[in-house]
Amino acid sequence: MKEHTVFKTGITLAMIAAICTALVAATFQMTIDRIAANEKALLEQSLQPALSGVFYDGDVSESRLVIPPPHELPGNDAAIIYRVFAANEPVAALFAVTARDGFSGPIRILLGVDVSGTVTGVRILQHRETPGLGDKIESSRSDWVFQFEGRSIGNPTVTAWALKGDGGEFDQLTGASVTPRAVLKAIRNTLLYFDAHRDEIFLAEASEEDK
Amino acid sequence: MTSGNLIDHLQSGLWKDNPGLVQLLGLCPLLAVTTTLVNGFGLGIATLLVLTFSNALVSLTRRWIRPEIRIPIYVLIIASLVTCIELIFKACFPTLDRSLGIFIPLIVTNCAIVARAEIFASRNPIGASIADGIGMGAGFALLLMAIGAFRELVGQASILSRLDMITGGETFNGISFADSGLLLAILPPGAFFSLALAVALKNHIDRKRRISRGATMPRSLRQHRK
Repeated sequence: MKEHTVFKTGITLAMIAAICTALVAATFQMTIDRIAANEKALLEQSLQPALSGVFYDGDVSESRLVIPPPHELPGNDAAIIYRVFAANEPVAALFAVTARDGFSGPIRILLGVDVSGTVTGVRILQHRETPGLGDKIESSRSDWVFQFEGRSIGNPTVTAWALKGDGGEFDQLTGASVTPRAVLKAIRNTLLYFDAHRDEIFLAEASEEDK
Repeated sequence: MTSGNLIDHLQSGLWKDNPGLVQLLGLCPLLAVTTTLVNGFGLGIATLLVLTFSNALVSLTRRWIRPEIRIPIYVLIIASLVTCIELIFKACFPTLDRSLGIFIPLIVTNCAIVARAEIFASRNPIGASIADGIGMGAGFALLLMAIGAFRELVGQASILSRLDMITGGETFNGISFADSGLLLAILPPGAFFSLALAVALKNHIDRKRRISRGATMPRSLRQHRK
């Protein structure tokens, strides 16, 4: 190729790159507000089921507290805690924690606990368990996760926080034992953490939004 | 360019040169997201849009693009379009976007799109290129929907589950026919079986057609017509 053709080719490439970038930038500007609103609505919506029977005001997502590892909560990634208030009084906390010992990969769990330490709801945020077997931990596939509502450390006692097959009080899932055991252990450990750190959790400043 | 030709371009993507059934391109998303009809529809529409616009842009710029830099330019155009579509999906269909996850950005790597840019759009005028993009995209989308519907029916014994991801509103768990289906269809091997069945069905129909046509028309005439 001659030198001036190289130059011309370079200009063509640069111009098309500029046009493409402008196209993406324009779309980004047009959609950014709706995307942010959607994400917030989705978050609020996904947090709600874990707060059954709790009355609160304001946006839960604004009281986010990020606890970077290492911490005593389940999982070795950052744990997220949302504090829930009603008239500036703490009423409940939501934990997003990770059970590391699932059957196929980590299980992300959302656990709601009211201020007295009673579970207000459990939802599975993310998992890769076997469809048809381990995925019954999802609230849309079976009632399994609902059995934790209203329970706390003391109801039953810590030693009975296990599956029935392991000598505990909680129902198991047919065809899957590793998955429910992992979820149950994560719930129990989170409740123990909440009992030990209740006051610090509600007093801590909200974490900055990471952008 | 006559309108008859345009219709030919549309039809070739829909059946004769269907990117999924005949060219076997873009299998990664095809196999991965077709667990339900709605998922297949979502990715199909996204691919259709990207393919149509990328064909149009490649065809528009084909006079200025030297062959040495054509591939970087295709990549640029396709990547920008996919990013735009992803942003639009995130804004308009947030739940569908979450369900499809990484497979929307991965449309960039769908070789069906680069293939159409290289084989068709870089050599044809814009009208034909758009028709080709729509035809190929619709062929791919319909295949995704058919496999999605089949796997959903067999695997979950339901149809149209999570339709709310497109229409909005309350969570809709689909029209259910039984408590549970044949699990295999939902698992990854089910995708391969379903695709194989679809390809076999297409070849069977083509063969039937050829035989019935062959009986009424001499070989030389047939070739001439083509």
